[in-house]
Formats: sequence, C-alpha cells, structure tokens
Amino acid sequence: MIKSKAAASPYLVWMVIFIVAPLLIVAYYAFTDASGSFTLANIMAIGRYSSVFARSLLLAAEATAICLVLAFPVGYFLSRLRASKQHIMLMLVMLPMWMNFLLRTYAWMSLLENNGIINTVLGFFGLGPFRMINTAGAVVLGMVYNYLPYMILPLYTAMTKIDDSIIEAAQDLGASTLGTFTRVLLPLSGPGIATGITMVFVPSVSTFIISRMLGGGANLLIGDLIELQFLGNSYNFNMGSAMSLVLMVIVLLCMSFTSSFDEQEMEGVM
Amino acid sequence: MKSRHLRLLQRTYVVLIFCVMYLPILVLAVFSFNESKSRTVFTGFTLDWYRSLFTNRMILSALALSLVVALVSAVVATVVGTMATVGISAMGRKSQLLINNISYMPVVNPEIITGVSLMLLFVFLQNCASRFEALPDAFFGLPTLLIAHITFNLPYVIFNVSPKLRQMDSRIYEAALDLGCTPRQAFFKVVLPELTPAILSAFLICLTYSIDDFIISYFNCGTLQTLPIAIYSMTRKKVSPEINALSTIIFLVILAIILISNALDSRRYKREQSLGKAGERR
Amino acid sequence: MEQNVIVSLKDIVVEYDGEKVLDKLSLDIPDKGFVTFLGPSGCGKTTTLRVVGGFVEPKSGVVLFDGKDITDLPPYRRQVNTVFQKYALFPHLNVFENVAFGLRLKKLDEKEIRRRVLEMLEVVGLKGFERRAVTQMSGGQQQRVAIARGLVNQPRVLLLDEPLGALDLKLRKEMQLELKRLQREMDITFIYVTHDQEEALTMSDTVVVMNQGRIQQIGSPEDIYNEPQNAFVADFIGASNILDGVMLADYRAEFSGREFACVDKGFARNQPVQVVIRPEDIKVVPAGQGMLTGVVEDVIFKGVHFEMHVDCDGKEWLIHSTQACRQGEAIGMNIGPDEIHIMARMEE
Repeated sequence: MIKSKAAASPYLVWMVIFIVAPLLIVAYYAFTDASGSFTLANIMAIGRYSSVFARSLLLAAEATAICLVLAFPVGYFLSRLRASKQHIMLMLVMLPMWMNFLLRTYAWMSLLENNGIINTVLGFFGLGPFRMINTAGAVVLGMVYNYLPYMILPLYTAMTKIDDSIIEAAQDLGASTLGTFTRVLLPLSGPGIATGITMVFVPSVSTFIISRMLGGGANLLIGDLIELQFLGNSYNFNMGSAMSLVLMVIVLLCMSFTSSFDEQEMEGVM
Repeated sequence: MKSRHLRLLQRTYVVLIFCVMYLPILVLAVFSFNESKSRTVFTGFTLDWYRSLFTNRMILSALALSLVVALVSAVVATVVGTMATVGISAMGRKSQLLINNISYMPVVNPEIITGVSLMLLFVFLQNCASRFEALPDAFFGLPTLLIAHITFNLPYVIFNVSPKLRQMDSRIYEAALDLGCTPRQAFFKVVLPELTPAILSAFLICLTYSIDDFIISYFNCGTLQTLPIAIYSMTRKKVSPEINALSTIIFLVILAIILISNALDSRRYKREQSLGKAGERR
Repeated sequence: MEQNVIVSLKDIVVEYDGEKVLDKLSLDIPDKGFVTFLGPSGCGKTTTLRVVGGFVEPKSGVVLFDGKDITDLPPYRRQVNTVFQKYALFPHLNVFENVAFGLRLKKLDEKEIRRRVLEMLEVVGLKGFERRAVTQMSGGQQQRVAIARGLVNQPRVLLLDEPLGALDLKLRKEMQLELKRLQREMDITFIYVTHDQEEALTMSDTVVVMNQGRIQQIGSPEDIYNEPQNAFVADFIGASNILDGVMLADYRAEFSGREFACVDKGFARNQPVQVVIRPEDIKVVPAGQGMLTGVVEDVIFKGVHFEMHVDCDGKEWLIHSTQACRQGEAIGMNIGPDEIHIMARMEE
C-alpha cells in the first residue's frame, strides 16, 4: 500500500544493536574465559549445578501442570458465560496481574510465615503451626499464583471459539460428560493449552524473585544462579552467560514441544 | 437436575479460585491500616503508614523515575514502532518473516535473558569506551534504563499495530490519492487516523509494562531505583507496612482506571447500540 | 392407515428467563414419517426440536419415546441424532473421524466402524472424501458430512435444525430432494425445522405449523395449503387474500359486498368468518363479465405468471395470472365455489 521501507530503518538499526548484538555477546561470553580466549569450560562447569537445573525444571513443570488443571474449568466456565458477564469476569481475572508481582509475592510471605496469618488462623483451631515458607511447595505456590492468569486467558480464548453446538453434537452422538471432555473439548483447546503452558513455564523456570522471597536460601533456581553471576557474589560473566545460553535452549525446547503438540492437534484444520 | 448440580459445583469452584486470587491483595490492604509493625496480628487502626509513605524520599523519587522512564520509553517506542510497522509492511514476505522472528525474541525470551544480555552489551560498550579518556567511565543509569525499556516495548508496538494495518482496507488510501492527496498527505490524513486506536492501546501497554518491569530494570539501572526496584529493596528489609500502604494505593488506582475505562466503554457500546437500532428503524 | 407414534410430547412448557417459549405443547410424531415444524423465527420450533433431542429441559411436561418416558434422559443416551443448524462438525477431525465419532463411542470394532462409515459416505455422495479436512469443504459437502454423522448411528429419529439455511437456492433445492430420498431409504423418522413454507410443503409427509409457542395446525402439505385452519396459517403458507365475510347459510357466503357459492357448511347463520382465496385461484375475465370488478394497480412479471395488485371495492387483492393486464385497466374477477375457503374468525 504505502511504499516507504525507509520508515523501518530506525527500528532495524535498534533491533540489530539492542536485540541481536546482546544475544551474540551472551554467546561470545559463554564460550570465552576471562582473558577472552575460546573455551568450553563454562558450559562443562554447568554440570556442577545440575541439581539446581533439575529443581528448576521440576518445580516449573509442577507449577505448569497445577495451573493447567486449575485453569481449565475456569476457562470453560468463562467461555460459556453471556458476553456481558464474560467482560466483567475477564477484568476480575486480569486485575491481580496489574499489581506488581513483587507485591503479590510479598503478600504470600506474610501469609505463609511460621507465625504468619495462615498459621495464626490454624492456631485458633488447635492446628499447626506448619512450616510453609522457605519450602519448595511455597515456591510452586508462588509460581501458580503469579502465573495462573496466563493459563486462564489463552484457554478461555481457545474455548470461546468452540460453539455450544459442537459440544451438543458430541453429546448427541453419544458422548458422556467425560467423553465430551476428552474427545472434543480437550483437543479443540489444544492451541490454548500450548500457549498457556509456554506462558506459565517460561517465567516459572527462569524466575529468581519467587524462589528468593518464598523459597529462602535452600531452593535456588536457574534464575538465582544467573543473577548471582552478574550482580551477586559469584560475579562471573562468562559462567552467567553459559547458564543463560542453556536456559535459552531449555525455553526453546519447551516452545518447540508445545508448538508441535499444537500443530498435531490442529491437523484437521490445516 | 443433574446438570444443575454440576453448574452449582462449577460456580463454587470459580468463586473459590477468585477468592484465592484476591486473598493476598486483601491481606496487604488490611495490614496497611495496622497500628503495629506486625504482619500477622491486627492491633489497631492507623493511617500512619500512609503518612510516612508520602514523606518517604526513596519511594517518591523512585515513583518519579518510574513515571519518567515509562513515559519517555513509551513515546519513543510508539513512534519508532509505528514507523517500523509501516516500513515493514512495504517489504517482501521473507524480510517480514525475518524481522518478525527477531522482534519476537524479547517477547518469548525469559526476561532475565533480555536483562543480562543488554547488561552485557553495556558492559562491553563501556569496556570499549574506557580506552578513550574523553568518555564517561560509568554509563549505567538513566540512558541504559531507557534503552532497555524502549527495547522491550518496541515489539509490543509492532505486534499491536501491524495487524490493524494489515486489516485496513487499502482502498481508503487509494481513495485519498484519487481525491488529490499526495502519498504523504494521504498517510497523515487517512491512514494514521485509522491506526490511532491501535497506536494508543500500544502506547498504554508500553506504559504499563514499563512501570511494572522489575527484572530487566534490575540488571540495567546502575544505582538508580525505579518503583519496583524500591519495592524489592523494601521487601528485603522485611518489616515495613509502608509497602502495604503502597500496594493498597496502587491497587485502588488500577481499580479506578479499569472501572472508569469500563464505564466509558459500556457507555460507548450502549450509544452505538442505540444508534444501530435507530438506523435499523429507518 | 394407522401409524405408530415414535415421539410423543405431552403438555411441554419451556421458559427462558420467565418468558414462555413453549406453552403446554402436545404433539404425536408418527414413526417413519417426514415431519416438519414450520413457523416464523421465535415461534418455538427449534426449542421443540431441542426438547426431543434432550438439549432443553422442559419446565413441565413429558417426552415419550416409543412409549417410554425419556424426559430426564441426557442427550447422549437418546436414540435420536441431530443435524445442527451450522453443522457443528468437529474441526479437529477429518471427514472419516467426524462420521465415525458416534461409532467409536459405542466401542465397535475398527472393521465394523470402517465398513459403516464408508457405506454412509457413499450414501450421502462423499465417497473418496474420507481424509479431507472438514474445514476445507463447501457448505453443501459439510452438510452431507453432518447428515452422515447422524445417520451412521442408525437413530430411530433424525432431527434437522434448519439444515439448509446456509446454502444457496440451487443447492438447497438439490438437498431437499436428497433428504427426502435419504429418509425413504433409511426408513426412519425425520423431524425437520424450517421457516421456509415452500421447503416444508415439498418435503414433508406431515407439517406442524407453529406460532408463539403453540401449534396452529397439523396436517399433510395439501391439507395445510388447501384447508388452513386460521388466518395465521393461511398467511404463512403462502401469499393469500384474506377477507372478512359472513356465512349466510350452508354453502352461501357473503364478502366484498356480494354473495358467493361455496362448499363449506356447519357455521351458524350470519356467523362472521374469514375467507381465504389463493391468488392463483382467481380467474381474470374482461371487465363487467366477472363476479367482481377491480382496477389493476401494478403488474410484475414473475416468470411463470404475472403478479398483479388489484383494487376492488377499496381492498387490495393479489392475483396470479398467466394473462397480462395493463396498469390502470379495469378487469373482472371470477371465483369458483371450490376456491373459496371459509374459516371461523380468530378471536384476538
């Protein structure tokens, strides 16, 4: 329509300097030592932290799975509401997201503490106190709480595209509630599930705030490691870059996994 | 009859989820009025924390910095991003795909990666600069913060505006030319007004992302403190009900903005509907 | 000919938000027939169909299927299948899997599924399309998949909810004949919902005319067309001249200021009635030679006939005639006793 490629040039310059170049520099640091000569030592050294990587993957996977199970009925419920009500409910889902996530996580600190609100309330009933803060469970809870809307929204979007009559057709053809769920609802929500998994898993696996605030020192994650290399006590850019590179590979693998799952489910459409 | 039970169960479940989602926010708000510093026992009502919040130099200057950074980065990103959208649309399919894929990087990459990669770039540039006496030896601060925010805002502008540009009927541009506009006039008189809603919403998205961002700023702010960074340092000190007061204010501001925009929306919607009905009647 | 009843509705009441959509509706549907629910939008025809399908729980009333009460049975346990308005095909499944959906739920073995699906696809004329994505098919093809998907389960009753609404005219005519053929071949009951009276008359064995949640008339297409029971049916079934008149005696009616011979009897003396005369039943004769005289207001050529609006005694008449008249021309109109249909006047 409008022929003026030149308008894009400021952005293209910006993109090369501030998106492409930094990533190349990360790769450069990852494969060099402090003196600037090529080495694989940084990558190899990551083996020492395999337990941290494993914990990150496990906790993020747990959080993603819990989010999916919790969000699915909510997404379905929202998608079947009348349009005017959907609008209000969506606002309610998004409103907590607008609160800075540091504040939301901070709130959970006061809830979960040993003499925190939950334990105080339980104390009235003669229960507890339970140790909740500074556990892996608290970290997973933090992830689920912070990223649940990221799962609800794509699921809801995918499900609004499923017409009521499709669900009725399944019932009409003999599918019970469970059958309708597994044979129609689940496969048709495929794209939403894939997006939701990515949107919850990626920030969960790379977080360092949630683990620091709710996990105490005992539950280091990949994000904490990287942060320590750049701004913390370890202070080793080369090591930090190598870890970042590995984290990027993990994220990439996760995304290609979900997108392949996405395509598979949508085969009939393509 | 069975389906009614199921519906009740569904509704109870959704209400429960919402309760859990709002519980922490409620807790923050309640304890912002607590007399003592305790985060668990409510000892009495006070507004002291709000008072001390508004005299807290650190928080106020952090808030000011956050607003400045958000405003400047949103304006720059919106202008550069909108120009980019127009330019990219004139390109071939292959270059479009390449540019889009690169632009997606800051969106899909974990924020911590975007943060450290920019930090590394600035460190690298600083190392280069240190060889020249004339250049400053520390440029972490406002410039790096602004660059970082513009960088993560730009893709949001592009991905918000370009679908609108693609959807736009190219004939209205041609009609403008036909009626005697130069291409330049046609762009400013016809195309840009058509894109305005998308550009505006992109601008608002940039503002909110920028104000909310912690991780990327954390690696690129030097010694400066934006509001989220100030909040972070306060949470490290643990006991400070000023945070609760701040959260409550932020929540109320957001709630007010959403309610107002919602009310405006529904009023416009109603007006459009009644206009539509009147049109039908005619 | 005594026919078995397959579906029987008794005093069905359905309310949406306190508004009565079906008002004590009772209806018997004969087995192995082609039954059409006909009426304007919002008349309750689709709701009635959904009550039979199990998608709408009636507030009160009973649904009998083959003599058994199925009112509380969920849709997936009823021996009926539905062809939905916009087909509602499963977009994530190809043609074969769409049709096989119900059979798979019945856990039939793979060979049997394959045999029955292919057979059914052949019946609806989609042989060779098994692997096609349903989203890539034309409206008419999707329609056939939807029909095959229902029929393959060998239901006793197939429900069709305005299935041809989205098709263009030519395709619609084709599919009408096709559906009629399928119904005869399968030898099951079809319940068909439409707002198109022509469609209803072409396809059905029985037409149920509905309005405002109530049944107006049940009968064969001929009955409905020739003997409408009230002005609503007469008007809805086809453009008609409906006039107020008085029954003077058996076989004698008066309207338009004149006495006519007719074939109706059994009304009270001087009972006010409504008279229905089809536009094609009025003979045009030279002015002065007819029972009535009118002035032609306009003439429209409709292909097979001319459609004329004629002013007669201050009332506008609609006439279909193969004979062209000029605008402004005075003509005579003749109406035979057989063409005059008398109905009791509706109480408003």
